[in-house]
Amino acid sequence: MSKEELFAKVVEILTPYAKNRAALAAVTPETHILDELEVNSARLVDVVLAFEDQFDIEIADEDVDAVETVADCVALIQQKLP
Amino acid sequence: MRRVVVTGLGVIAPNANGVPDFERALREGRSGIRRNEEMAEHGFACQVAGVPQGVDELAEKSFDAELLMAMNQAHRSVSLASLEAWLDAGLVRPAPEDDRVDWDSGAVLGTGIGGMDTTAGKVVPLVDAHKVRRLGSTVVEQVMASGVSARVSGILALGNQVTTNSSACSTGTEAIIDGCLRIRHGLAERMLCGGVEAASHYIWAGFDSMRVLARRWNDAPEQASRPLSASAGGFVPGAGAGVLLLESLESAQRRGARIRAEVLGVAVNCGGHRGGGSMTAPNPDGVVRCIRGALADGGIEADQIDAINGHFTATGADPREVASWARALGREPGRMPALTATKSLIGHALGAAGGIECAASVLMVEGGFVHASRNCEDVHPEIEPFAASIARETRLQPLRAIAKAGFGFGDVNAVAVFGKWNP
Repeated sequence: MSKEELFAKVVEILTPYAKNRAALAAVTPETHILDELEVNSARLVDVVLAFEDQFDIEIADEDVDAVETVADCVALIQQKLP
Repeated sequence: MRRVVVTGLGVIAPNANGVPDFERALREGRSGIRRNEEMAEHGFACQVAGVPQGVDELAEKSFDAELLMAMNQAHRSVSLASLEAWLDAGLVRPAPEDDRVDWDSGAVLGTGIGGMDTTAGKVVPLVDAHKVRRLGSTVVEQVMASGVSARVSGILALGNQVTTNSSACSTGTEAIIDGCLRIRHGLAERMLCGGVEAASHYIWAGFDSMRVLARRWNDAPEQASRPLSASAGGFVPGAGAGVLLLESLESAQRRGARIRAEVLGVAVNCGGHRGGGSMTAPNPDGVVRCIRGALADGGIEADQIDAINGHFTATGADPREVASWARALGREPGRMPALTATKSLIGHALGAAGGIECAASVLMVEGGFVHASRNCEDVHPEIEPFAASIARETRLQPLRAIAKAGFGFGDVNAVAVFGKWNP
């Protein structure tokens, strides 16, 4: 899967959680998930579970701590993909 | 003492969703009891139930995707009914990004069983499979008892007391009474009150095992819920949500709101598991005291009660309940008010029963009718002397006041009297 396809998939998974619709419409790899998309931090665990289901990977809790931007998600998933 | 009126209603019921269709269903005597495949598949003796239809489709039109992911069946039903009651009262749904809180509005939204469908369908299987982290972030809010009222407070920005009561099958009526008292005391202007219960074979299994569910009518679902009948053999389980928007008369008049009815008198008590009462049966003295208490609370004369929407579940308790009403109101058999049982149409919605049935009672006193009480063509012999009072067909008659009772496991009782509003 290309980086672009991966990015699109990550954005799709984040979409229902993004409270700031304007930030979502203008999303770039650098967009901050909590500060800009205004995703409720409690729901990050659900986002991670959705990544796991979508890409058939496992993501450790420690890995999630470093994730801040959409690009961080893409990088994390890429690293876990076989 | 401040007067309390009903300015909004919301209903998700087995025979109709939304108040306009629910009123039509009541007037038509429409049944919402259907064969239930899950119960059949799992070997229940009772294989019929009252399950609201099309709730997910309605929820998808009213709530966004993130919210829906955290809403189990009870959350969906109670949120739809609460939103309907709010809009029915002429209030405006706040936008999620609007940071203003309505400090004068609150909610008492009860449930008898809670999120057992989520517990049994998700928590137990995943935990037993050692997949705790797969539960995600939304399980707690769906299994905590107060999740249903908490959900509604978030949708409507409620800032007054927001809580969930639980008193088995009197839950919905008790919620309305609690909210009414809060408004009377000047602690709130508006309270969304009622009850909710999910449809789940996990919730109903214990009742089936107790042999208190109707088991002889699996091939004739619409005839299975038989309150007041000689052939009643247990209740039909039901589900849904019924919510009343209660409001101080001052607030309603200030807003120029349409008033559907007045909450005239209310009472709750417990029979103390004495005098024939137990965990599962009511002490008749407790029932009589509760009915009389509601009359005394509102300064209501017994002969002002023109109709009774009883608890009437279609178990062996119906004859004793009729006798208690007669005793409490001091009425001879020929002079009883009209009797009806909403459960004959929708089954017994447990924690939601009081909410849905109080909504039915408000519609009846407002619209001047007593809905048909189905399936009692063979009136129970002990109720036979009162047979002329039973509304076997829908009756069109002006009502000055209607009494609604809810009785629950634990020997708990709740009675509310709704009066015709005359501006």
